[in-house]
Amino acid sequence: MAGYRTPYLPVCIVALLLSACTGRNNKKLPIIGEREAVERVVDGKTVVDTLYHQIPAFTFLNQDSTIITDKDFENKVYVANFFFTHCPSICPTMQRNLLKVYEKYKGNDKLAFLSHSIDFKYDSPSVLKSYATKLGVDNAQWQFVTGSKKDIYGISEKYLVYTKEDASAPGGYDHQGYLVLIDQQKRIRGAYDGTNEEQVAQLFTDLEILLQERP
Amino acid sequence: MQKKIRSLAVIGLGIAVIAFSCQPNVSIQTAQYAVNGQKLYQTHCQNCHGAKGEGLGALYPPLTDTVYQRENRHRLACIVKFGLNEPVSIHGETYDGPMPGVPQLSPIEIAYILTYITTRFGNSNDNFTQEEVKKGLASCK
Ligand code: HEC
Repeated sequence: MAGYRTPYLPVCIVALLLSACTGRNNKKLPIIGEREAVERVVDGKTVVDTLYHQIPAFTFLNQDSTIITDKDFENKVYVANFFFTHCPSICPTMQRNLLKVYEKYKGNDKLAFLSHSIDFKYDSPSVLKSYATKLGVDNAQWQFVTGSKKDIYGISEKYLVYTKEDASAPGGYDHQGYLVLIDQQKRIRGAYDGTNEEQVAQLFTDLEILLQERP
Repeated sequence: MQKKIRSLAVIGLGIAVIAFSCQPNVSIQTAQYAVNGQKLYQTHCQNCHGAKGEGLGALYPPLTDTVYQRENRHRLACIVKFGLNEPVSIHGETYDGPMPGVPQLSPIEIAYILTYITTRFGNSNDNFTQEEVKKGLASCK
């Protein structure tokens, strides 16, 4: 009886490992957002290109009072989110989790981080600087930015993250705690709830896949 | 091989002893308070202070400084209910908040939470009673 059963376990494990390996090699992250088919004529033939949703150009002020634009993220994968420094609810957990990602990839210039403050009234560059330092961020790989209400709330829509000034929400602002994964062509490749352990673990996995991808 | 097994056994025994001694001599009531407190802690405090009371960088202090907890035991209820906004020294590091309070918590709920943090993250064996919390709250500044 026992002699029958024992061989199955190792076989199963090997099968599982194999399928996991092949799965990983082929895996490609989806491209998220609306897409559009555009026709153009090349050498007299019509070809159809797919235009994907992209993060548009932006200009913000960072924790060192320096101007930061989309150019600073050119040819990089980056993780973006929306928070504010005195947020009492979801932000501490979201930032605690993003800090783990930052610490793993610290010094890797293929990957950057971009936290937008949605509290344009209070979170001046010096407040952001003090926050970043206390969180444990000490290089330019993770940018904390502020901007006008219109620009910050406008760009949050482009990341498909809901943000809103709301007196009834904890801290005065209502927002979603997504960590949004952006590829080298400014396309959204994943969104993970930064307060959910499993989704943060998925971000770690997906980030590896995206960093391996040839643009 | 024999040696390896023996040293593994010794390590295993050590872990078991440590695990037991981590379970302090708390009364049933204290244990119940801590269980109730854990849920409230997860809802109101864990985002900042962490699942193990480890804090976060220099932003949010850990809740593991037993000296601070002993010396400020009478103030803890006020901190939970009304928050804190002054420099505090925790494990020799200075934190300056601010921490928002949770004014809607009742005295018994505060007793649950404080029992949880002082017995699980600190080294206290005693629960906070509702009376102790009420007395503390009466002296909030
Ligand atoms: C928004 C983040 C946040 C939340 C939520 C929060 N705290 Fe705090 N807590 C802080 C900060 C920041 C300080 C330091 C305050 C200061 O120095 O003025 C602090 C200090 C403390 C202290 C004293 C210092 C120490 O480390 O022992 C205790 C005790 C404490 N908090 C317990 C709690 C409890 C219990 C809860 C849940 C009811 C809670 N906190 C919720 C941020 C928070």
